[in-house]
Amino acid sequence: MDDLFSKFDPLIEQRRALLATGVTDPFSLVMERVVSPTVAICNGRETILLGTYNYMGMTFDPDVIDAGKQALDDFGSGTTGSRVLNGTYAGHRAVEDALKEFYAMDHAMVFSTGYQANLGIISTIAGKGDYIVLDIDSHASIWDGCKMGDAEVVPFRHNDIEAMEKRLKRIPEGAGKLVILEGVYSMLGDIAPLKDMIKVAKDNGAMVLVDEAHSMGFIGPNGRGVAEDQGVLDQVDFVIGTFSKSVGTVGGFCVSNHPKFEIMRLVCRPYVFTASLPPSVVATAATSIRKLMHAGNKRAHLWENSRTLHKGLRDLGFQLGTTEPQSAIIAVIMPDLERGAMMWEALLEEGLYVNLARPPATPAGMTLLRCSLCAEHTAEQVQTVIGRFERAGRKAGIL
Amino acid sequence: MDRTATRERIDALIAPFNKKGVAITDASTFAGDLEFDSLTVMDFVAAIEDEFDIIISMNQQAEIETYGQLIDAVVKLQG
Repeated sequence: MDDLFSKFDPLIEQRRALLATGVTDPFSLVMERVVSPTVAICNGRETILLGTYNYMGMTFDPDVIDAGKQALDDFGSGTTGSRVLNGTYAGHRAVEDALKEFYAMDHAMVFSTGYQANLGIISTIAGKGDYIVLDIDSHASIWDGCKMGDAEVVPFRHNDIEAMEKRLKRIPEGAGKLVILEGVYSMLGDIAPLKDMIKVAKDNGAMVLVDEAHSMGFIGPNGRGVAEDQGVLDQVDFVIGTFSKSVGTVGGFCVSNHPKFEIMRLVCRPYVFTASLPPSVVATAATSIRKLMHAGNKRAHLWENSRTLHKGLRDLGFQLGTTEPQSAIIAVIMPDLERGAMMWEALLEEGLYVNLARPPATPAGMTLLRCSLCAEHTAEQVQTVIGRFERAGRKAGIL
Repeated sequence: MDRTATRERIDALIAPFNKKGVAITDASTFAGDLEFDSLTVMDFVAAIEDEFDIIISMNQQAEIETYGQLIDAVVKLQG
């Protein structure tokens, strides 16, 4: 009998070799206690959190917590059902209303995770015979949605407008076309030139889906994302987002002005065949989304944090994913996986948590230490972070 | 364009990607013999698409394992 697991042998060997160097396993960290959006206890040590995507620091907001507790008392711990059967409570409608207001759009549909939102919407709207043209650096949930829908999948080089246009023009006459872009690409923290790309997509008769998971709440005058910031949100057919970053809980969504959008609730299988989010989760999400509508000061402070960290790390001599800070993600490029893991461990010992990202999640086979800032990081914490990077960088031989 | 002419043009396109100078036959595999990683595949496919003004979707790429299969696919896609 062939062992179906033999296909994982190269990865098992890579992990074995890495752990044999004595480095702490970067993929089995446990947060023993979480003190605030920016501090947790890991391995008994107080640790600054700089890799949680908790951009707006809503996870411990008192109003958000109260709303969740109240919903637990009033509606119980879970819905035990699909949205189309017994799983739509008042709270699910309320969070969809909050999203419609937040984006000023006609329709909002909430999924149990952001991954499922991409999986469900993409696989349902682009089927056999349709063409999906997408950026090669798209998130795994986008790729999986493409695969599940059976559309013809045509990638183009990251943020390359000309390459996208050429591919759109080659699509056979009469075929359905969907262009998929992201506002912020989470590996390097760079943004897309959505204004120009969306124009090209529209000129070539394509519908446009933009994943704004890493920009919601933060980028754009109202925190609606990169498309809003570049003045083209009205040209986007479908915005995909998540509750697990700025909103501070879990869940995913799609908002749209498409007049027939509501039919999605009956034809989208990852929506129909999943239990809906627990009442406490949608209550916290709705409260958080409404507070994010008026979070201009927090957005300004988060930009300050992002600029300070970017400059501080660049001045120390680290190689960063972008020459200027474009989002709340600052990616520090490591020479290789082994030294990346050493640096990650040295930072953890200093009391700083960042994400270690490695291939195949990263572009061009890079190993990254990915930092995501929070609006609740104080200016002092950011300086502490820079100091810890300097010490860990010397210890790991990166600086 | 016939197979021979198509092959000649693809031969010229693959040269810069064939970093190890592997002797390429119709039976050469991209993943095995040529050791192409996913980024190399993307750049090589883009070069062919631009040269012949065609689309080779990822769905079609999944069916192409050898150099000979690629030439056949490009001949077919040119119609």
